[in-house]
Amino acid sequence: MSSSKETFGKTLIFVFIVCLVCAALVSISAVGLKPLQQANKLLDKQTKILEAAGLLETAGTDILGTYNNRVIAKMIDLDSGEIIEGDTDMFDERRDSRDLTKSSKPKNDIAGINRRANNAVIYFVNNEQGQLDTIVLPIIGSGLWDLMYGFVGMASDLNTVKSVVYSADFKETPGLGAEVLNPRWKALWPGKKIFNSAGEIKVKLVKGGAKKGDVHGVDALSGATLTSNGVTKTLAFWFGDEGYGPFISNFPNIVKQGGLK
Amino acid sequence: MSSDTKKALFGPVVDNNPIALQVLGVCSALAVTSSMANALVMTLAVMVVTAFSNLFISLIRNQIPSSVRIIVQMAIIASLVIVVDQVLKAFSYALSQELSVFIGLIITNCIVMGRAEAFAMKEKPGISFLDGLGNGLGYGAVLMVVAFFRELLAFGTIFGLEVLPLVQNGGWYQGNGLLVLPFSSFFVIGLIIWAIRQWKPEQVEKD
Repeated sequence: MSSSKETFGKTLIFVFIVCLVCAALVSISAVGLKPLQQANKLLDKQTKILEAAGLLETAGTDILGTYNNRVIAKMIDLDSGEIIEGDTDMFDERRDSRDLTKSSKPKNDIAGINRRANNAVIYFVNNEQGQLDTIVLPIIGSGLWDLMYGFVGMASDLNTVKSVVYSADFKETPGLGAEVLNPRWKALWPGKKIFNSAGEIKVKLVKGGAKKGDVHGVDALSGATLTSNGVTKTLAFWFGDEGYGPFISNFPNIVKQGGLK
Repeated sequence: MSSDTKKALFGPVVDNNPIALQVLGVCSALAVTSSMANALVMTLAVMVVTAFSNLFISLIRNQIPSSVRIIVQMAIIASLVIVVDQVLKAFSYALSQELSVFIGLIITNCIVMGRAEAFAMKEKPGISFLDGLGNGLGYGAVLMVVAFFRELLAFGTIFGLEVLPLVQNGGWYQGNGLLVLPFSSFFVIGLIIWAIRQWKPEQVEKD
């Protein structure tokens, strides 16, 4: 090493130039690839919503077209259960939940989400005749290691489950908790009822397997008790009074008033 | 291909394997080997980062002031890792969701730093680039072998294709729960090291 490059000034200039070049490289890639990344993210969400509505096979490769034709996103106020105006594309539950003016702490936080946004974006999915077929409700709740994000596809009575679809970006253990993505487990959901005739939330994951004919019980995931409990509690929270409860009781009024048009 | 090029490129695969002989980069080898698809993407990412960090560092090796050389190397490696992460997010979203954390940790992968310091600081850019590729290849070779055994025995699949039908999917194979967990890679890596040293006894350390 020659002494000439060891002077304080030269070292400083060299480090400065390296930082400048590196920063430029990082910025160019981040900014240049952003549109592609956002398109990916949106596509992933739309795919999940279509899957929850049971339309993934119908859609084939045309996710965006099917989504635009069949799905209408609406923002609701969770406490009042009313449909409100809002930018459904820009809505981000977790971002709102960090904003004290746009969220509140649930009194009974069984899903372990800490704060809940005041609003939610839900998805009305029409059949080919343009009639309401499925309502897709986003859910969030703790699994074993971290929050899990998902969608529940509901029939228009808001009691009969059509599907439960979790997003793959969770930290559950592969082979155990991550089996919430297993198609065989997902196939247990269609036809299950959230509420009993008295309107109480009865849906739950049953350890050791649900009894035959149990309309509220679904087999728990073997070897993943805590993830299974998380799913049960997440559903109990989101279908309860601090979740979609007000919207579910208000929904017949909305339909009567033609609020879905 | 001259013998120098060959040695730089393929030497690290068996003779001077970064994981099996140099015992570098083991922690990331534990984390991403539960499926072969993940291991393959991680391999490509590490290959790109080691090759280009070696290239860039070698290009400016005569200008880097020795007092700050580690920091300069780190800055270059970190920038490359961010670029790789961004590219992955743009072109392979599903995999980036699973791997994002580990891609970020390539920065701390000792192989990258080790090659920069031990090779690229002394050698010409071309051969440094090949050395980086070769070490990525050697890292990847071990990763793929480990992932092959873990995915096959834990989930009964290879690259997601069903080979041994699992009991919970109506088949006969009871997945091995131990191999689902990251630390089980130690067993597989241990066996690989043993196998290589049986084949090439000169790698065995003297007492």
